[in-house]
Amino acid sequence: MVSSLGSSIIAIYRSVVGVLTLFVNILYWIFIGPFKGKVASRQSIFYQCIFVGLRSALIVFFVTIFTGIVLAMQSAYQLERMGATLYVAALVAVSLCRELGPVLTALVIAGRVGSAIAAELGTMKVSEQIEALQLMAINPVRFLAVPRFLALFFMQPCLTVLGNISGMIGGLLVGTGSLKINSDLYIQTTFNYLELKDIYTGLIKSFVFAMVIALIGCYEGLNTKGGAEGVGKATTRSVVISFILIILADCVLTSIFYFSEM
Amino acid sequence: MEEKEVIISLRNVSKYFQGKKIIDNISLDIYRSETFVIMGCSGSGKSTLLRLMTGVIEPDEGSVIIKGKNITGISVEELDDVRRSFGMLFQYSALLDSLTVEENVSLPLREHTKLAEDIIRIIVKMKLSLVGLRGYESYYPSQISGGMRKRVGLARAIALDPAIVFYDEPTSGLDPVVGGVIDKLIKDLSSKLLITSVVVTHDMQSVFNIADRVAMVHKGQVVIVGDVATIKNTKNPYVQQFINGKPHGPIDFFKEDIGIKEFLEL
Repeated sequence: MVSSLGSSIIAIYRSVVGVLTLFVNILYWIFIGPFKGKVASRQSIFYQCIFVGLRSALIVFFVTIFTGIVLAMQSAYQLERMGATLYVAALVAVSLCRELGPVLTALVIAGRVGSAIAAELGTMKVSEQIEALQLMAINPVRFLAVPRFLALFFMQPCLTVLGNISGMIGGLLVGTGSLKINSDLYIQTTFNYLELKDIYTGLIKSFVFAMVIALIGCYEGLNTKGGAEGVGKATTRSVVISFILIILADCVLTSIFYFSEM
Repeated sequence: MEEKEVIISLRNVSKYFQGKKIIDNISLDIYRSETFVIMGCSGSGKSTLLRLMTGVIEPDEGSVIIKGKNITGISVEELDDVRRSFGMLFQYSALLDSLTVEENVSLPLREHTKLAEDIIRIIVKMKLSLVGLRGYESYYPSQISGGMRKRVGLARAIALDPAIVFYDEPTSGLDPVVGGVIDKLIKDLSSKLLITSVVVTHDMQSVFNIADRVAMVHKGQVVIVGDVATIKNTKNPYVQQFINGKPHGPIDFFKEDIGIKEFLEL
């Protein structure tokens, strides 16, 4: 019992060190690598941006628009009793921008992109492709991890903005459709109550979530062991760990923003 | 006899995995532009030996010297400098499957040279015609056969005109004709381009076709080193059992726990 607890603590410690080392490595190849004439290929970054961003847009749109609809209906149910249904607009906008937009988008991307990264890199690892890169004196972190990291870092905030907007559209549909609020009034109320800090705190979160998803996906992929089973495990682990870390990071960031009155 | 230049040298190399000695105090010299074959049963340590020579793993004891440079314990940058002078053909080719044949072969050129795009394209065409695969540039690895993938892997391995090429089981899983084609390619590279070839295999036909010298590895030790005639004519019971593929003999499948030294002393 004690020894198994001990070994799992050591395993967690090793993973944390591994992920941090990978992070430092990625930062090295982004900021110092170019001075040594070694940059991640632009073509690869572009391809990853399309995969991460454009091809995830539709699923983010659907998840957040329905969340917006549900959020509007649930809050209308509460606010109706006080005769304050107009404030549905404010509630939907603020909770989406501060919280649900960034978090839901991150969970969707962790499930769609983080898992794909772990599976792809994991398969490359078990089929000796990573070793082949090393033997060609091509750094796998620069060649594989950096383009994925940068693509997520740039695309995650864009997807979050998309998620915020589509969620608010969902709220608007409920507001104008079933609550019979005038659409101009709904939009005006949204803008009256939505402050700049609501938007930028959400965006700060999205940058952090992007880093979490990229780091965990790449770490799990590059450290895959065994054959097909190993790839499966790495993929599952990347999603599970990303989910937990996203919620944890959200909790930490929200309290920082709350206590620093941001 | 003229002095041959040693290009790869293993000095008293040992390697342990989980407390078990996989490579046991091996010393070997491989000379420039020879084809050196390392043969042995599965699990004998021959692939580990290859990984030690390519710097994928580091020895626990002893040192590996490539072109006069000790690669044990050096930095990744220094190791990468050494690695640029060699190529490797993997057992399962290890082509990047998200890239086309052309992109795979051109990858080392794009990464390590500043050659113009059209020159890279010409070099890739040259390397592909060397392995008989001109016209397959736009195919993906999943669209071509195993033998073709191996040949693409070979074209990639020689893209930067390396001094040394390592081959991990180059003919395994191929039909005899394609195996023969790969053997001929390995021989041609050695004789025409003076490339040093280090081949790990247990395909005896291939060994006799291509080898200048052969080393047999068993239980992490070198049983014998010599040219093909020496290997064929030796009375060493291990070698005889291995090259004739006999189920009974000193390499006993069921007596794994009996050490090699006891047998060698018999």
